Parts: sequence; C-alpha cells; structure tokens
Amino acid sequence: VLLNVLTCGLFVTEKLRGRYAALSIAAVVIAVGIPLWWKTTETYRAWLPYSHINELGSLQLQLSMEVEVVFSRGTLTPEQQKKVPLTQTREQQHHVDENTGLKYRYEMKYRTATIMEEDALRQPTAEEADFSLYKLSESPCGSVVVYVIPETSVLLPENIKVYVGQRRTALLRGQVGQGGELKAVLSALDPEIEQVVRTMSFSHEDIMAALSDRIRMGRLSKESLADSMRSFKSSPGYEITFSLLNPDPQSHNLHWDIEGAIHTYIQPLLDKLAPVANHSVDSQILYYAVLGVNPRFDNSVSAFTLSADSLAHVINPVEARLGSNAASSNPVLNFLLFVPDAHHSPLFIQDHSKRVVDSNAFHSPRWGGIMVYNVNDRYGQEAEFPVHIDIDMAHVMGVFLAQLRLMLGVQSAHPPPGFLLQSPGSAGLTDWELDRLQWSRTVENVATASTSITSLAQLLDQIGNIVINDNIAQQVYNAVTSLQAAVAELEAGNLAFALQYSREAILASERAFFDPSLLHLLYFPDDQKFAIYIPLFLPMCVPILLSLLKMAGELRQRRKEQRAKRD
Amino acid sequence: MATCSCCFPLMMITLFLYILLYLQPVPCSNVETKASQLFSSGHTNNWAVLVCTSRFWFNYRHVANTLSVYRSVKRLGIPDSHIVLMLADDMACNHRNPKPATVFSHKNMELNVYGDDVEVDYRGYEVTVENFLRVLTGRLPPSTPRSKRLLSDDRSNILIYLTGHGGNGFLKFQDSEEISNVELADAFEQMWQKRRYNELLFIIDTCQGASMYERFYSPNLMALASSQVGEDSLSHQPDLAIGVHLMDRYTFYLLEFLEDIHPASQTTMNDLFKVCPKSQCASTPGHRTDLFQRDPGSVLITDFFGSVRKVEITKETVNLTTPIVYEDHENPNRRIGTPQMASFWAFGPSSCLCSSRPTASNTSSTSSKTLPQALPGGPKPLVVGEKGICHITGMTPFHLLL
Repeated sequence: VLLNVLTCGLFVTEKLRGRYAALSIAAVVIAVGIPLWWKTTETYRAWLPYSHINELGSLQLQLSMEVEVVFSRGTLTPEQQKKVPLTQTREQQHHVDENTGLKYRYEMKYRTATIMEEDALRQPTAEEADFSLYKLSESPCGSVVVYVIPETSVLLPENIKVYVGQRRTALLRGQVGQGGELKAVLSALDPEIEQVVRTMSFSHEDIMAALSDRIRMGRLSKESLADSMRSFKSSPGYEITFSLLNPDPQSHNLHWDIEGAIHTYIQPLLDKLAPVANHSVDSQILYYAVLGVNPRFDNSVSAFTLSADSLAHVINPVEARLGSNAASSNPVLNFLLFVPDAHHSPLFIQDHSKRVVDSNAFHSPRWGGIMVYNVNDRYGQEAEFPVHIDIDMAHVMGVFLAQLRLMLGVQSAHPPPGFLLQSPGSAGLTDWELDRLQWSRTVENVATASTSITSLAQLLDQIGNIVINDNIAQQVYNAVTSLQAAVAELEAGNLAFALQYSREAILASERAFFDPSLLHLLYFPDDQKFAIYIPLFLPMCVPILLSLLKMAGELRQRRKEQRAKRD
Repeated sequence: MATCSCCFPLMMITLFLYILLYLQPVPCSNVETKASQLFSSGHTNNWAVLVCTSRFWFNYRHVANTLSVYRSVKRLGIPDSHIVLMLADDMACNHRNPKPATVFSHKNMELNVYGDDVEVDYRGYEVTVENFLRVLTGRLPPSTPRSKRLLSDDRSNILIYLTGHGGNGFLKFQDSEEISNVELADAFEQMWQKRRYNELLFIIDTCQGASMYERFYSPNLMALASSQVGEDSLSHQPDLAIGVHLMDRYTFYLLEFLEDIHPASQTTMNDLFKVCPKSQCASTPGHRTDLFQRDPGSVLITDFFGSVRKVEITKETVNLTTPIVYEDHENPNRRIGTPQMASFWAFGPSSCLCSSRPTASNTSSTSSKTLPQALPGGPKPLVVGEKGICHITGMTPFHLLL
C-alpha cells in the first residue's frame, strides 16, 4: 500500500512537474521570445521630428522689404516737409493654394534728402549722380531707395520718368510741389513707387514662378513658364564650360585668350553671384567638330545660312563630343563658339522670319548657348593657310555673358514704359538684379527644401521597411532648423541671411533625401512571409499549445469532479 | 420625299451663310504657334534607362532587344551622357558566339547592333535590382561618376525600357533575384516626390509584362507592355548560324516602327499603341495611360525616344568695352583646362569596366579604346578591344560552363 501511495505520489509530482514545465516554457516564449524576435527583426528607424515637418508642409511665407523714399528739394512744400520723416507699412496677401500662402510687407520710409545727397543729385548726368549717391551710403541687400527729384530737373531725359541705377537706387521724377495734405501726395506717388519696386525687386509673378514646383501649372503665365523652363533650377553649384569648335584647322589657326577673357568678363559676374551658388569654369578646344546640319547657301545674303528650324538638331551631335567633369553632379552650362570652315563661310543664323540675327547666336533652355563666329573677312584669297586668327573675345564674351545671365536665372526685367535702366557695366550684373535673383532663389530653395522634407517624411511613413539611420535624422533636423531660420529671416527682411539659411536647408534636405542608405528593403508579400515563418515557429508552438490545452482540459475536469463531490 | 426637294435650296443657303459667318480665316501667325508648341510638352531634356535583366547565352535576344532600342534612341538624338544602359554584356565575346564582337538583331546577320560605340554603364554583375533602384531614385554613393547617374530634373522626359524574363508581378534579374511591381511603383513615386521627371514612358517586353505596371500610382506615367497577365511574350526568329533566337517579337515590331521615325517626325503615341497586334505578336500588348495628364494623341514619339532641343535666338548682348586684364597667378581658386575623362570606378564586388568614350583630344580625331585593367576580385570577363577582336583577360570555370 505504501508503494502504491509512493508511486501515485511520484506520478502526481511528475504530472505537476510536467505542468510546470509546459507553463514555464510558454511563459518564456511569450515573455522573452516574442519581444526578442520582434526587436531583432524590426528595421531601425531613428526618431524624426514629424510634428515640425508637418508644420512645414503648409508654407506661409512673408517677404518683408524696406523701401526708402527720399524727397529732394523742390518736391515738397515746407508744411509737408515738417511732417516727414514718416514710416508706413503696406501689406499684400495672396492665397496661392491650400498649402501655400504669400504675404508681402513693404516698409516705406519717407524722408527728405540730406545736404550731401542734394550735392550728389546736382551732378550733370544720372550715372554720376547714381555713383555719388552710392559713395555716400550703401543700402542693405534687398532694399530699394527711390529719390524723388523735381520735375524740372535735368538729370533725366525728356520722356523718361524713372532712372534705375546700377546699385539699389532709382531716380523718380516727381510732380511739381503741390500743396495739400502730405497723405495725398504720398498716395499719388504710390503707384509709381510700386512700379519701381516691382521692377527692381520681386514681383508676385516672379515669386509664383519660383514656387512652380508646389503649385499647379495652370496658374503661371506662359512667359513666366518659359522663364522657369529656361533657367536652371537652384543648385548649390554650376559647371560652366566654354568650348571652341574648329572644324577646319588646315585653314584656320585659331587663338582665343580664354583665360584673360574669363578673368575680365565672366569672373566678376560669378564673384557677384557667389552668395547664390558656386561656379566652376572650364574651357576646351575641339578640332574637326562639325555641326550636325548642313547649311544652305542663300543668294539673297550671299552667305550660308542656318534656318531657325534646323537649330534644334545642331546640338545633339556636338554634345556627344563635349566632355564634362565626371566628378560632380552639378548642372553643366555649355557655351560653344563655332568658327565655320573656309568653304562654308560666312555662316549666318536666320530667325523665323528669315532675317539674319545680329548676335549670330542661339541658346537652348537649361543647356547653354552656341555662337557662330565668322572669320572669312580677316584674310584674302592669297593668304597662306593655315591663317593665324585672334578671336575678338570682347565681342564673343558679350554674347556669352548675355546667355549666361539668362541661364543662371537673371530674368530680363521688362520695364514699364518711361523707365531707363542703366546697363550693368563691368560687373555684368546690377545690384538690384542680384537682389531679384536672391529673392526668387531664396523662395525656391525654401519651397524645394520643405517639399523634400515633407515628402521624405511621407515616404518613410508609407514604406515601412526602410531603415532610417541616425545621420539621416541629424540631416533632417538640420534641414528643419535651417528652414525655420530662413523663413524667420525672410519675415525680418534680412535677405542675405535668408539666402544663406535656405542654401543650408537645401543642402541638408538633399543629403537626407538622397542618402544611399535609404533604400527600401526587399518587398515580401504576406503569403511569402507566412511561408518563411511557419516552418520555424509551428514545430515549436505545437507541443506547447497541445500541453496547454491538455492542462486546461484537466483543470476543467477537476472542477467538474469538485462540483460533483460537493453535490 | 416631297419635303426634301423644297428644303434643299434652303439648306444650301444656310450652309453658305454658315461658311460666311463662322469660318473666318485663321490668322497666320506661324511664329506664335511655333513658340507655343515649343513649350507645350514641358520638357527640356530627355533621358533613357535601358535595362536588360538577363545573362547567359540563351538569352541573346534580350541583349539584342536592348541594344536595338539603344541604337534607335541614339539615332534619334539622345546622347550617351543621357542614356543609362544596363546590360550583362556577355554576348559579344561569348565563347559560343560564332561571330565574336557582334550582336545581331536580324537573321542572316544583317544588322550588328553592338558596333564600336556602345557605352554600357552597368555591366555584368552590376545589373542588380539594388543598382537599378538606386539609379532611379538617385541614391547612389557619392563616388559614382556622372555616366552612371540619372541626373534628370523636373523638366526631363524619361524612357525606361526593361526586358528579360518576368512573371505575374515580378521581373527576374540575372537569374538570381527579382524586382516586384510594388517596388517599381514605389521607386517611381519617390522619383515623383523629388520631381525627377516631367513625364515617364515605361516599356516592358517580358512574359506577363502588363502586371508590372498594374501598381503604378504616380502621375505622368505612361506604360506599354508586350503581353497581358497570363500570356507569354514570344521570340521572333532564330538564326540557324548563331543558334539562338535573335529578338523578341514586340521589340522587333517596335523597332520596325521606330525606323520610320526621324527627329522631326510628328507621329504620336496612339500609333505606338497599335504596334504589334495579336496577329503578329501572338500576345496582346497592353498600355496604360490613365496616370498621364496629356492626351496620348498629342504626345509625339520624339518626346520620349528622341531629344529635340528647344532653341531660342539670342536677341540681347552685353556691350563689353574694358580691355582684357590678366589675373595674378597666385590665385589658385579657378581651374581651367581640358576636362579629364573619368576612368574606372570599382562598384560592388565585381569589376567595373566602363568603356572609355572618345575624348576630344587636341591632336587627333581618331578615338582609341584602352583595354580596361582587370581589378582584383570578381570574375575576369572577356572584353572587346580594338578592331572588334575579343581579348581574353582571364578565364573562370563559370564561363566554361556556358
């Protein structure tokens, strides 16, 4: 009997041990195994500031600029002069679409001219007046100063109302000093000031064109669409290549002083554009390079001509021969100087109305320009071939400079009638043109960077199996802070700082978006995932499950017995 | 009928009046229409990504497909710098090729599509799903040279051509991995988010090709496939001398169609959709245009297959009068000189052999191809040297198996 009790007891303890074993295994699997498996198979996704990024999704930009209006002697009556200096603020609001809003804030400061400015305005010509005014004080980036001069002044020619100088000043011919309220005079002057500001600084169309990525196509005018297609998008750097194409080295021994020409004519422009982007310049000479199109001899001008339709097919065969800097991914601007061979000289380009083009050059949007340079008038029939020819770089660079300005985004301002714009001079670019470019580039950078960051966040959210490393999170954070700083500086009216921050923002956002590690892992459809996991987990889970079921069954049976015993 | 005889002159009068009143002469501003046409398509440059996803001798036709499309695209104007060509490139110098250094696309060896100016950007074992997706999304390591990148912008029209062996929802890459239609759709969405294309034309010539474009959801995509789900794309013709099939049917008829296109032609996409009907192809080609914003009847073939540049006459020039000034030579900031061609870049475990393009040299106009040096590690394949002779730089047992 004792043995029976012992074996029965042992049997019971065995069962108990078995029960405890099954329970503990199940506990380990659930408490330790599943979290471990989950942790080791999840993709590492660093934390991103999603709330800030969502804020950036709706872009509400405020552009502030200062306009200083200086009244010289003779434009205001003495009573009116007492009320000046005066500051007014004007705001314009534009609702672009549900995610984008624009507000323009003009801070107008009215004052009278100082003695030194009056002296400067007494110069014989407008250019000299502009230069002396510039010597007196330099206006900050992004601002405009308008000097109102009396109607009788001889500075401006007859039918010219506004003279826009090389820096940030303009001379406006005011009406005769009329009496009455100062406010009336100011409001009469307002539309003209607005015209000046729209020419010298940003206009609503420019800003809309800069936002062309974000907004629907239909809202842009055809001209601004053409402008946006022609110039390169904002990029941290550009590669500029000047090429001389000589198809006939046997006849022409061409020499071009490209180093000196670039240093004298192109480099000042590029230096001035340094805050906007980095530029690197190359040059090369190609021999035996031909245009892909055969020019036809036109008897009316007794020269060979290229019609406007055939120009489109010139570029492709040449482009195959041009080299490019393999190390950088910056956009390339190509400027080609083609000297036709002796048998096809002179060569002229005709426009759509069959007239010869003065500049003898054409350009292609977002690619560069080609100029045809005829040298047949440099030598006669008896010359000894090859003829040594020095190319007139000033003429050539004049054309290339104009094309370069178009390609880099310096839009040709279409001034209203009555405006006279001073030519840029040796710098190649006036200060107010630079300001215009900076406004549109800043807005473009801010828009592009915010679109990049928001779409990156959206993508990472959507595609769940992309690994997000810490450095990407760092870049995103940098981009977000730079963007916020850029928007704040735009509001405050500091254009230079805003541009700098926007460039940093774009660099950081591009680096984050195009990081090589952001490749999504292979996509596995759900049935494949099951097919992989079932052979691993099922053999392990089946015994545990069965033993748990058995335990549950025994428990139920015991409870039934206990209930039966009680009854 | 009785009524007709009396209303007939009335009809003539009304017709006459209609012509007088409503059909006014169209103003002949040819320049304006040309200018508006210039910017109607919205793109300023063209790119092409041509991928052959198979290797091994019996997949000769896929390489021939891709090279034929490459030739057409080059003929119509897209330069090599704008074409990313991914091929296994093991046909021309294959041991089994009776005519080494050639790849023919037509029987009786009529057209050698390999030639001597084929620039393959991703070759051999570099043609992987990862590299393909990296090219599309732009997420390449910083050391990647320009020729291997897709440097498109928001005004680029891109042509993507894929060929190889595929199935329902996937495409096989080099017999070792697959790309699924979900991944492809996601890649295009990433391209759209970053505005890496203006419009994209996707052509696929594989079995069950239509399944690959089922999942697209980004705008401005147009897709063509050689066969529907459940159908096989068949090959066109074997060449008994070479011993393999030379081309696939869909691409063969596509090329016949493209032979009639020249850079100035006005043929539209609607004609492209009619290429290779079931009677010729034995499979039903499909297309998808619901994501495309323009009407396919107004989309020119050369918008994708060619590279017609938009051109404007330069009207303004700057008057420069200052004489030339020379810089002081202590200024090292600028670099001026002839651009150097990048040489070979190792990418991934296999050796990378970019064919060197003919450089614009100052002295001669002939181009010479240098033999690429075999980099350590990885198989040493056969390469095409001068005059189309295959030089053997190294043999692996792998090649002997073919």
